Amino acid sequence: MCVQCGCGNGPTLIAGRTIRQKRGKVETLRFRTPEGRSPHGHAEASVPQHARLDYGTGAAGVHVPGLSQSRMLRIEQDILASNNAEAFGNRSYLAQRGIFALNLVSSPGSGKTTLLVKTIEALRGTIPLAVIEGDQQTDNDAERIRAAGAPALQINTGKGCHLDAHMVGLAMQRLDLREDSLLLIENVGNLVCPAAFDLGEARKVVILSVTEGEDKPLKYPDMFRAASLMLLNKCDLLPYLQFDPALAIDYARRINPGLGVMRISATGGTGMGEWLEWIAEGCRDSAAAKGPLRKEGQIE
Amino acid sequence: MHEMSLAESVLQVIEDAARHQRFTRVRTVWLEIGQLACVEPESLCFVLEQVTKGSIAEGARLEIVKIDGRGRCARCERAFPFPALHEPCPDCGSYQVEVTDGEQLRIRELEVE
Repeated sequence: MCVQCGCGNGPTLIAGRTIRQKRGKVETLRFRTPEGRSPHGHAEASVPQHARLDYGTGAAGVHVPGLSQSRMLRIEQDILASNNAEAFGNRSYLAQRGIFALNLVSSPGSGKTTLLVKTIEALRGTIPLAVIEGDQQTDNDAERIRAAGAPALQINTGKGCHLDAHMVGLAMQRLDLREDSLLLIENVGNLVCPAAFDLGEARKVVILSVTEGEDKPLKYPDMFRAASLMLLNKCDLLPYLQFDPALAIDYARRINPGLGVMRISATGGTGMGEWLEWIAEGCRDSAAAKGPLRKEGQIE
Repeated sequence: MHEMSLAESVLQVIEDAARHQRFTRVRTVWLEIGQLACVEPESLCFVLEQVTKGSIAEGARLEIVKIDGRGRCARCERAFPFPALHEPCPDCGSYQVEVTDGEQLRIRELEVE
């Protein structure tokens, strides 16, 4: 684990029980750059002798192994390939059952869980739904969701900073999802890391609250680029803030010109009708398209 | 800090390759990292150094092949260097830019024995 900011790998818990780590071992890791600096710029002491890391442009094209017994192996594999394969498995499972899945991403404190609670209350008796909650620690959010009347499963990522497709696949199996239903996945509150990890969802929805800065889409572009829809939340607070919603939307569309935008207030109810209709349309489309996925790369 | 997960994935790919290609030590790893990929190459390097400890890739040299970002304007079709996602087209100023290169996050090659 990083001693500066606490990030790193810890045991992942699903509904409070540990899951098998992909690579078996979990160990304490210390972070050092080859120059002996920590990632956060603090000076740090000794660097092991074997730490020979080069950052320059590689010489793979002209490398000659010399007289040693070494050989070159062409690998050409995407680093995210194993996550993407698991995400495809999840997406196939969802497609077969006509389930519309959303991956909700944002900074901590944007109002994701409140949005989910209000969404569940509004959809009660119309669309069957289930929730997967991702947080580093505690079962608090899943309890809030259950209290709102929806089945929920909590994934605790330990020190992990995002959900991945493997965790979500395991969680989906335990949730007993109904056909033609809605699956809401609340990712770990983090505007950086979850952008890289496809979970098999139909859409990523990014939530930006007006108590944040307008320029967050410029500062954290990957997430806004990966999303299909941005919910500008807590809009009932706008009279008390300096936040310029038009500017925030302009910044977000610089990063992602096709991004859908809705101005909402989960607590006040503003814009919730539009959001609920968007969900209902997604559910209708998923149910209508129910069936096997053709092959990887042809979806999304 | 998703670089930790990415480093674990790199090691997983290497260990899978070792099983199929029958090698016992990795001397060099070439990684292609695009300028627009969701990763900080320096972070990935130092996490990899730690993650590979005790594995067949311990002490391996890491070569990062950086790939510049490139984009094409959807409005005027101009192609241009695209180092950051918030940049407009240098010709017409449009933000309707399609990324054409620089999103790679790949293991290209291994030197093994």
